[in-house]
Amino acid sequence: MNSKYEVVIGLEVHAQLLTETKAFCGCSTKFGNPPNSNVCPVCLGQPGVLPVLNKKVIEYTMLMGFATNCKIKERSVFARKNYFYPDMPKGYQITQYEEPICEHGYIDIEFKDGSKKRLGITRIHIEEDAGKSIHDQAYETLVDVNRCGVPLMEIVSEPDMRSPEEAVLYLTKIKQFVQYLGICDGNMEEGSLRCDANISIRLKGETKLGTKTEIKNMNSFKNVEKALQYEIERQIDLIEDGVKIVQETLLWDADLNMSAPMRSKEEAHDYRYFPEPDLMPVIVSESWKAEAKKKMPELPDLRRERFITEFSLPKYDADILTQSKPVADYFEEVIKYTKEYKTASNWVMGDVLKTLNELKIDITEFSISAENLGKLINLIGNGTISGKIAKEVFPDMLEGNKDPEIVIKEKNLVQISDTSAIEKIIDEILKANEKEVNEYLEGKEKVFGFFVGKTMRETKGKANPKIVNDILRSKLDGLK
Amino acid sequence: MVNYKNHSEKLQKLKSGELSLEDNVKFFLSEIDKNKKLNAFNFVFSDFALEQAKTVQGKIKNNTNGKLAGMVVAIKDVLSLKDKPTACSSKILKDYIAVYTSTAVQKLIDEDAIIIGKTNCDEFAMGSSNENSAFGAVLNPVDNQRVPGGSSGGSAVAVAAGLCDVSLGTDTGGSIRQPASFCGVYGLKPTYSRVSRYGLTAFASSFDSIGPFSHSVEDAAKVLEVISGKDEKDSTSLNVEVPNYSAELTNIDKKYKIGIPKEYFGEGLNEEIKKAIEDVVAKLKSSGFEIVDINLPHNEYTIATYYILTTAEASSNLARYDGARYGFRSNDAATLLDMYNNSRSEGFGKEVKRRIMLGTYVLSAGYYDAYYKKAQKARRLIKNDFDLAFKNVDLIIAPASPTLPFKIGEKSEDPLEMYLGDIYTTSANLAGIPGISVPVANSEEGLPIGMQILANQFDELKLLKTSYFIQNEILKNN
Repeated sequence: MNSKYEVVIGLEVHAQLLTETKAFCGCSTKFGNPPNSNVCPVCLGQPGVLPVLNKKVIEYTMLMGFATNCKIKERSVFARKNYFYPDMPKGYQITQYEEPICEHGYIDIEFKDGSKKRLGITRIHIEEDAGKSIHDQAYETLVDVNRCGVPLMEIVSEPDMRSPEEAVLYLTKIKQFVQYLGICDGNMEEGSLRCDANISIRLKGETKLGTKTEIKNMNSFKNVEKALQYEIERQIDLIEDGVKIVQETLLWDADLNMSAPMRSKEEAHDYRYFPEPDLMPVIVSESWKAEAKKKMPELPDLRRERFITEFSLPKYDADILTQSKPVADYFEEVIKYTKEYKTASNWVMGDVLKTLNELKIDITEFSISAENLGKLINLIGNGTISGKIAKEVFPDMLEGNKDPEIVIKEKNLVQISDTSAIEKIIDEILKANEKEVNEYLEGKEKVFGFFVGKTMRETKGKANPKIVNDILRSKLDGLK
Repeated sequence: MVNYKNHSEKLQKLKSGELSLEDNVKFFLSEIDKNKKLNAFNFVFSDFALEQAKTVQGKIKNNTNGKLAGMVVAIKDVLSLKDKPTACSSKILKDYIAVYTSTAVQKLIDEDAIIIGKTNCDEFAMGSSNENSAFGAVLNPVDNQRVPGGSSGGSAVAVAAGLCDVSLGTDTGGSIRQPASFCGVYGLKPTYSRVSRYGLTAFASSFDSIGPFSHSVEDAAKVLEVISGKDEKDSTSLNVEVPNYSAELTNIDKKYKIGIPKEYFGEGLNEEIKKAIEDVVAKLKSSGFEIVDINLPHNEYTIATYYILTTAEASSNLARYDGARYGFRSNDAATLLDMYNNSRSEGFGKEVKRRIMLGTYVLSAGYYDAYYKKAQKARRLIKNDFDLAFKNVDLIIAPASPTLPFKIGEKSEDPLEMYLGDIYTTSANLAGIPGISVPVANSEEGLPIGMQILANQFDELKLLKTSYFIQNEILKNN
């Protein structure tokens, strides 16, 4: 980036709330049901229907408000946002406009070097999702209303971010929060977490904001970073060429790796917001707030600290393990079965996460139970198998959560800890490799590894490495 | 064939066997048929009504009947009844069949009332003459050259012409009280939030109320006590205890203090109406009611405030009729935008389009503060006037309309003059208070004159008791 310039970014994040029923009617929010099956007269916008607020929606949003240090407003008001679209049956969206439920919050992001930055949150408000229009038919548009009325929470940041990296860190934190709070699954690819960005460029030192553009349709962290980078370069090029930035909405195209303006007709909206007369203002009493606060789970920063102090894990480990709540939950499950905390951390961070990556699955879909992983770790700890053998056992356990003890028995992988048996093998090796023995005796310490390797090969890796070491050392030193 | 004064008498006759419910329903059906030219009904449910009559007759025989057993009710065509049309007198919903039943209508059915059909009204309840209907104008039964009032004109006529016992209407700015006064029947608009709006096709959500038309105060009380109450499906309905109106009606234990707002009796009020009301007021005074002059200083802002706020809400409430999912869709549309434009241009009538455009305008960026926000403030001031007045008085008496029923076509080309006809009724909806129109006299030409009584929020009982007193003590002696 041209160092003359400074970039200013603000994000609007939409999070689909994991309530069982929709925001204003009793319909299920279940994803994947047949089109137009999660519907009733209310979400279909039939004449004469009225919305009834789902209290859970308020509760969930309050939790996010607590997590982001927002002020929870005692009184907030729903409003109608009016526009026509076939997948919006009422001709308006119920949202919050002038009086949102949460305001004036912040979150802290942490850079790789450990330095921190505080990013402001302007507001969090509640609204309902629209349905889905399916245009890929030959000549018709089909509408699925299932998603209509599913509750959304919109988190609007201050224009505090100064690089795509900061935007991604912010977004990562938001995702982490909603997952920790259990109020949204945080899946950007499936659209349960959506992000729009406002972005502008100005000369360093300038205090006035430049003309901003809005970018939509970035459905992954990678796309957010790429789209922002693209837009920064585009805007700087224009400014360098003396061309004025036009305030417009751009759509990111992940296939072409570029953005293009939305047709202006679609954005020339006057939404004619006004207070929703069918709903009373939301009143959040102190006692309701206190009740909700009791439901606050441990947030990632605190959990990370606890992992460091309680399990003596390095900061690096604690960072990775607490990144995602399900992973941290899995780790804590595993250590219910073993006290080898660091080994458990190595396994979860290493083989487990690697496998999830390879299989492209979530940890909640991971086949090995925490109990069996714990068992495996204990089998290393008590010397039944070596860490190396454990790496062979692990893939077998993936098949239907197989008990590691059974795998070891079936494959005859139990570690040889019988001293006399190992002694016998070592004696033969020493006899067969006189040249190397002499080298050792002449002080060539390196050769020691050669004997260890030989012994392990001979025992197919099953020999207890500590015992091998001890016997070899005493035998060789005895020859001195 | 109708030889009963009110529903209690009817029920007695049904119980004793003196009256057959089936015959009674058949009689109403034939009366509806005979009076077709009045155009009071959009839809008549002959088979459905006769079927209900049989069931209810059986219940009466077994003494398992509900409170409203055998009451034959017509409902305004903006109220949903499952599997029956809800056209709202509009071309855009002409073929629409409701998929659920409104709470108010369900409550009537649960008490064994018989729903005989759906009455004509101004399209989406927008109008004061029942001339704005895709089903044609409704005629006043007293003088067929004249309008019955609106928007619930069909409901008023159905009762006035003896086509049913009772009807339900809706009142957003006088749509029950004004037609009741034009047709010479009782018309009660309850407190906003007293009756669930679930299933009432919204015109202006923060104004709409459902209430009865009837020949007697007793029947109005009975219907009100059935349809009132908190409904989980309507967040704006309030959980306030519903008195046993019909039982307490007769028990006037004190003579109320009544306020006469001078703003309601000034220029523009028809002299005959003025005199008729003054006459009743004088008799109330001599009966022991205390009469005092009061002021409602912000009254001059009611019409402007009302038409800004109701059109704003309407412009949004009527957005759902877009041809995409149900209702009328224009055949002439190449693009999505065409479909919206043409379906709505062809589907809505002139007055509805006028109000949608007004409402869209007042909510537009740049005009919102000057119109909508200012009107909200004015609404608060108007409500404060009433709050203040009701600290001092129990009831307020006013005309229901500045004019007698006017001729069909007389005002339809001048919307502003039509709007000004709502001058005495919109304030109750702005303040959310209840009001009733009591038929107190006839003009020299024989046209009905209604007198409006207003009460504080949830004080319907005071309205009903006073109306009952007028019905039985004052009008009897005339």
